[in-house]
Amino acid sequence: MSEYGHCKDYLARFSAYIDGELQPELCALLEAHLQECENCRVVLNTLQKTIDLYHVYGSEDTLPEQIRSRLFARLKLDDPAGDAKDD
Amino acid sequence: MIESKEFSVAFVDQLMAGDRQAFSGLVDRTSGRIYNLGLRMLGNPQDAEDMLQETYIKAFKALPGFEKRSSVTTWLFRIAVNEALMLLRKSRNIVHVDGYAREEEDGEQDLDIVDWCCLPEHEFLSEETLVMLTRAAEQLSPALRMVFIFRDVQGFSTQETAEILQINEDTVKTRLVRARLKLRAELGDYFRERMKGSNSNE
Repeated sequence: MSEYGHCKDYLARFSAYIDGELQPELCALLEAHLQECENCRVVLNTLQKTIDLYHVYGSEDTLPEQIRSRLFARLKLDDPAGDAKDD
Repeated sequence: MIESKEFSVAFVDQLMAGDRQAFSGLVDRTSGRIYNLGLRMLGNPQDAEDMLQETYIKAFKALPGFEKRSSVTTWLFRIAVNEALMLLRKSRNIVHVDGYAREEEDGEQDLDIVDWCCLPEHEFLSEETLVMLTRAAEQLSPALRMVFIFRDVQGFSTQETAEILQINEDTVKTRLVRARLKLRAELGDYFRERMKGSNSNE
């Protein structure tokens, strides 16, 4: 297992680890390494934080009102939620 | 987490039959996310709105031929991605998202080992941080950015992302690793400066 002896070897695995998709034996190796390696803990934590920040940033997905009404007008649709518009 | 992807069989049949009320419901339930995708992909509201409108115009025309091999949501996002790519090609150089895309020359970057997670929460929620997140994502190549947006911003699974972008799942995973590491490095540069700022205030 010496191929997983160095920090850089683990770097590409952090992503799968965060997603819970790392194979169990690699997961155990990585976790043992993390216990000993402060630098890798920092990289993993900041990677996780990066993902979390973008997740919050993406949760805003309501359509601005004007864009919504122009869209429904262009499609010649009645807006089910919007103010009653003529076709 | 993608509640809008589950449409009933009856609803899909109505859509395919050209039922305008059903289509209106589809637009209602998906347009926010399609617009969000446009903003993240194209970087400006006007292009995002053009993409939004063209996506639904094309979808309405194509619905009678929908083959039900994927969910309606996946299918709709694929149309949206093609629209976004077309707009990107018009405004910039040629863009590839297929397996032959120019892969980034990542090289052996030096890793930044500053732990900025300990910054106060308001630093992460500021308007300035939001602008920085947008800029950092825009600096990714379109191939990496698309994967990142679908997986980490919009919350699609690896399989759904692969279907939408028509690339294989391993490619999705590899690109996601690269995109995340690049963004972590960008965010690290920014927050390291914020840490200096907050230390010097003490």
